[in-house]
Amino acid sequence: MAWSEDQPMVSIKDLHKSFGALEVLKGISMDVMKGEVVCIIGPSGSGKSTLIRCVNALNDIQQGSILVEGQEVNDHNLDKLELRKKVGMVFQQYNLFPHKTALENIMMAPLLVLKQDKAEVEKLARQLIKKVRLEGKEESYPGELSGGQQQRVAIARSLAMNPDVMLFDEVTAALDPETVNEVLLAIKELAQDGMTCMLVTHEMAFAREIADHIYFTDRGVIVEHGPPDTFFDDAKDPRTVEFLGQIL
Amino acid sequence: MEAFYEWARVLYDSTGINLPFIYDSYDRGRMIDGFFTTVKLSVICLFFSVIIGIIGAWLQNSPLKWTRRIVNGYIQLFRNTPPLVQLYFFYFAIGTLLPKVTNDYGGQEPILGGFTWAVISLSFFAGAYNVEIFRSGIEAVPDSTIEAAEALGFTRLHIYKDITLPLAFRVVLPALNNNLVNLVKTTTLAYAIAVPEMLYEANQIWSDNVNVTEMMIFMLLTYFVLVGILVWGMNRWERALKIPGFGA
Repeated sequence: MAWSEDQPMVSIKDLHKSFGALEVLKGISMDVMKGEVVCIIGPSGSGKSTLIRCVNALNDIQQGSILVEGQEVNDHNLDKLELRKKVGMVFQQYNLFPHKTALENIMMAPLLVLKQDKAEVEKLARQLIKKVRLEGKEESYPGELSGGQQQRVAIARSLAMNPDVMLFDEVTAALDPETVNEVLLAIKELAQDGMTCMLVTHEMAFAREIADHIYFTDRGVIVEHGPPDTFFDDAKDPRTVEFLGQIL
Repeated sequence: MEAFYEWARVLYDSTGINLPFIYDSYDRGRMIDGFFTTVKLSVICLFFSVIIGIIGAWLQNSPLKWTRRIVNGYIQLFRNTPPLVQLYFFYFAIGTLLPKVTNDYGGQEPILGGFTWAVISLSFFAGAYNVEIFRSGIEAVPDSTIEAAEALGFTRLHIYKDITLPLAFRVVLPALNNNLVNLVKTTTLAYAIAVPEMLYEANQIWSDNVNVTEMMIFMLLTYFVLVGILVWGMNRWERALKIPGFGA
């Protein structure tokens, strides 16, 4: 069945995921349409990160289905490369390649994975560096950059693969408070450009500002979800109310 | 040069300190040949032992159980037996099983000579240690860095070649340095299978001239300088590979 743009870009149905005997996700379902920005919030250990790591097959799935543009992720014969061309991911700890400059970090995947022309890739990489406001840092090594700068390089590195969906796994959680905003700004601009985004975040004000839809997870299930205004002002479930009460 | 040769002769006549490898052109030729045989043997073994280390460490992470077992068996075999026994094993046990060839004088000779066996034996000996050295470096590369490469769609080979190995290399250089120093020193064992390396030639000279003391002092100093050059080169290399902001 061919996927078309009026169908969900990411469609998760009854997803179950266990680490050994510990069941972390207990039947999660959600749809993300093209261009939509979805934020997943919830207490530590509620399975938020695991959920989005399943979307690009960094974690395997025991039961259920994830369709990314119609491609089933829960499949032994999954072509991970095809999936990962479509799905970009940014991590909490940036995970840049420390032996490569900022520019080389961005260029590596298009060169090695997509086998694109080097001159083209370099041009693209320089544009992306500008886009995340890091002009002048092209030749810097990750160890010479601040956390916020590294994270923006990591965003640019994912964008260089021209993905259709971007996953953000608590990307500001390890940052100094003064550098959080520069990263959030980069994500916001990306969302405004129409990129489909799934974010796991603890930045509630940010989630409210950019999300089209908010999901609250606790102990492996989605407790409550809705558009940001309804979700933050009119939460129904006592667990959501308690969580929001603690952090807002 | 002539004056220097003459000086050695005068030294012998006036003090009894006998350095025939300076004043005697035949002995000088033998010593120079021996020196270059040692250098050649060392360089070839260094090269192959590092290649064995890199490939072995890659195979050690293979998903196939038997590949891992064979690599581990190889390491155990070569680490738990003396290098001289290994050399004899290759030269006398394996070497005599191989077919013989007719040489230019019509005589029969082994298809592989002492030098080739020394290269094979010593490369595998040092290679076994190098596998373990590279493995320790590979284990020092954070999983999260590998994960980032996976998320970008890198293949296993690209991850190893472009991420893991360059980072591991920087971690293991001091340990590798040690092992390669040992390897250069171990090339003297080739003496035992009549490879005309430096110690062998020194023995020839002292047998003819009965100047064991002088020859042994000379050997000690020559190896000291030879290994010193290797260490100096490796240290320079270590500094050249240093990445700003990475490692200690």
